[in-house]
Amino acid sequence: MLTKPELSPESERARDVCSRHGNRPDELIEILHELQDELGYVPESVIPVIAKTINLSRAEVHGVVTFYHDFRREPAGRHVVKICRAESCQSMAGEALCSHAKASLKAGFGETTADGAVTLEAVYCLGNCALSPAMMVDGQLHGRVDARRFDEIMSETLSEAAQ
Amino acid sequence: MTRVFVPDDAAALSMGADKVASALKAEADKRNLNIEIIRNGSRGLLYLEPLVEVETSAGRVAYGPVAVKDAASLFEADFLNGGKHRLGHGLTEEIDYLKKQERLTFARCGIIDPLSVAEYKAHGGFAGLAAALKKSGADICKDVTESGLRGRGGAGFPTGIKWKTVHDARADQKYVCCNADEGDSGTFADRMLMEGDPFTLIEGMTIAGIATGATQGYVYIRSEYPHAIAKMKQAIAVLLAAGFLGDNIQGSGKSFALAVRTGAGAYICGEETSMLESLEGKRGMVRPKPPIPALEGLFGKPTVINNVLSFAAVPDILSHGAEFYRNYGMGRSRGTLPFQLAGNIRQGGLVEKAFGITLRQLLEDFGGGTFSGRPARAIQVGGPLGSYVPASQFDMAMDYETFAANGAMVGHGGIVVFDDTVDMARQARFAMEFCAIESCGKCTPCRIGAVRGVEVIDRIIAGVERDKNLIVLDDLCQTMTEGSLCAMGGLTPMPVQSAVKHFPEDFDRPPVAKAAE
Ligand SMILES: Cc1cc2nc3c(=O)[nH]c(=O)nc-3n(C[C@H](O)[C@H](O)[C@H](O)COP(=O)(O)O)c2cc1C
Ligand code: SF4
Ligand code: FES
Repeated sequence: MLTKPELSPESERARDVCSRHGNRPDELIEILHELQDELGYVPESVIPVIAKTINLSRAEVHGVVTFYHDFRREPAGRHVVKICRAESCQSMAGEALCSHAKASLKAGFGETTADGAVTLEAVYCLGNCALSPAMMVDGQLHGRVDARRFDEIMSETLSEAAQ
Repeated sequence: MTRVFVPDDAAALSMGADKVASALKAEADKRNLNIEIIRNGSRGLLYLEPLVEVETSAGRVAYGPVAVKDAASLFEADFLNGGKHRLGHGLTEEIDYLKKQERLTFARCGIIDPLSVAEYKAHGGFAGLAAALKKSGADICKDVTESGLRGRGGAGFPTGIKWKTVHDARADQKYVCCNADEGDSGTFADRMLMEGDPFTLIEGMTIAGIATGATQGYVYIRSEYPHAIAKMKQAIAVLLAAGFLGDNIQGSGKSFALAVRTGAGAYICGEETSMLESLEGKRGMVRPKPPIPALEGLFGKPTVINNVLSFAAVPDILSHGAEFYRNYGMGRSRGTLPFQLAGNIRQGGLVEKAFGITLRQLLEDFGGGTFSGRPARAIQVGGPLGSYVPASQFDMAMDYETFAANGAMVGHGGIVVFDDTVDMARQARFAMEFCAIESCGKCTPCRIGAVRGVEVIDRIIAGVERDKNLIVLDDLCQTMTEGSLCAMGGLTPMPVQSAVKHFPEDFDRPPVAKAAE
C-alpha cells in the first residue's frame, strides 16, 4: 500500500464528510453542519482541506464559516444552552431569564463555563413563541422557562451527564 | 385497543410530551390495559400542550395540559372512555378555540399520524395532486391565480402569477424552493405544519413542480428546527417509497425529486435571494433584483420560491376549486391565514381564520387576553420588521391592504402581545440591534444605519438631547427605508417609527441632569 501524507484526524473527518456529500461545493453548509456535529466545532485547520476537496478557495470556505452564526470556531462546552432573546420571549420576561442564566452559569452569551460543562448562546426565536420564554438545551426545546424551570432543567442535564 | 394521541410537535415536546407519553404507557401496562399511543402533530391549542386525546365512540376527547404526575389520576377517572377529569375539555372538536376556526391548510394537522399515507388519503390528501395530474401546467397556474392566493411569507405577491412566469420560462432545468426559514419572532405555523402534516407541503410543492415543469425541489429549513428537519426527511422517504415523489409519480410520467437543506442561523437567509445563495452553499448575501428568481433563481435557473403556507394552501385549491378558496377572506386578501398568537397572551396557539378578523378578536376571543392579566398595550404584527400596533388600533381588520394603509403589515401572521409593562423605547432599540446583528452587510444604509440607530436610541433613552436625537433617528430611518437593497434594512424602521409615533411618552426620558440626581 502506498503511504499517504499524514493528515490530522480532523482533516480525515473533513475529507470523509465531503466525500459523503459528493464533494459538491453547493453542499458546503451541509458539510460544515455535519463536521460540527462530529467535532463540536469547525477547526481552522480543516478549512484548507475542505476548500481543496470541494474545489473552492480558502477565502470562500472561510467566508461561509464566518457568515453563519451556527458555526463555531472553538470547541463548545459539553452542553449547549440556547436562550431565545427575540420579541415574543421578551414580552414574557425573557430578559430576566437571560440574567438569571448568566448569573447562575457565571458565563455570558457566547461563553463557556469555567468547568467546560456549558456553553451559553443567544438565539432569535425558536418557534415556540406561544410558550415563551423558550430555550433549547442540546437540541431539546423547552417552553415557559422561568428561573425555577431553568435550574431544574440544568440540574437534570448536568446529572444525566454525570451518570 | 384504545387509541391515545400524544403530540410530538416541538412545542408539545417543550412541555414534556415525551415523558407524558411514557408515563401513560407505563400506567396502562401496570393496569393491564391495552392502549396504542399515536404521536400526532399539534392541534394548535398550544396553551394546553401536552394535549392528550382519547378516541371514544363519541369522538376524540381532550385532556390538557397533562403532566407526568397526572397519568394515574387520568386512568382513575376512566379517561380512556372520556371520563371526567380536572384537565378534561370534552370533545376536542367542540372546544371553542378550535370550533370557531376555519381550518383549510391545517385541516389535518393534529388529527392524523403525520407519516401515515393511508390516514393522509383518508382525510382528503392527494386529491389536489390527482386533480393537478389531469391538467396542463398553464391551467394549474390559472387555478392558483384565480384562487387569489398571495404569498404567505410576508410580501403577499400573487402565487399564481409567479408560477406562470416560471412556467413560461424556457430552460433545461427549473427548481421549486420552499422557504421554511421562518425566522420571525412570533411565528411557528411553518414548523407546526412540517411536523404535523408534512405531506401537505410536499403535495403543494409537487403540484408546483408539475405546473411549472420543475423536477427538483428543495425545502430550506432553519437549523433552529431540528425536529421539523427530521420529520420532513422522514416524510420525503415515506412518499418516495409510496411513489408520490421521484420518477414517474403514480404512473403519470411526471417526476419530482425533493431534498431538505438546513440553514445555519442567519435570519437574512429568509430573504429569498439570500436563501438561494445559501442553497448554493455560499454566504447569504442578498442579490440585487432584477433578475427575478422566477427567471434566474437557483444556479441561475427559473425558480419558484414560496413560503411553506403558500405551497400548503395549493392542494385544497386544486381539489376544491379556485372559487372555493377565494370565497374566504376580504378585499384582495383571499382565503385563510393561519394566525399565530404569541407573546404575553393567555391562550397562545394557531388560529386559522379567513382574512378580515380583527386583532382584538384574535387577542380577546381566541387569546383570552394577556397572560399577565394586565392590559395589552402593543401588538407587534408581522415579525421583527413589523409595526407595533397600539391598543387604539386593535379593531383593525387583518387584511394586507388595511394594514398597509395604517403603516403596518400582516406579514406571516404572527401576533406578539405586550402588556403595559413594556418599554417601547427598548423595543425600538432592539429592532435596530437585531438589524445590526442580522444584516448581510451588502449595503451601507442597513449595515451602518442599524448600528447608528442603536447609538441614537441609547442617547434618547439616556435623556441626552432628546429632541435633536429624535430628528436624527427619523433621518436615519428615512435613509434606511429608501436606501436599503432589501427589506431587512428597508423595513427595520417600521417597528422603530411605529414605537416613536404611537408611544411617544416612552421616548420622553428625563434629561441627563435630572436623571443623575
Ligand atoms: C429579511 C427578510 C426575511 C424573510 N424571511 C422569510 C421567511 O423566514 N420565510 C418566508 O417565507 N419568507 C421570508 N421573507 C420573504 C421572502 O423574501 C419571499 O418574499 C418569500 O419567501 C416568497 O414566498 P411567498 O410568495 O410564498 O410569500 C423574508 C424577507 C426578508 C426581507
Ligand atoms: S438591506 Fe441589509 S440585509 Fe438587505 S441587502 Fe442591504 S445590508 Fe443586506
Ligand atoms: S421569540 Fe422566543 S421562541 Fe419565538
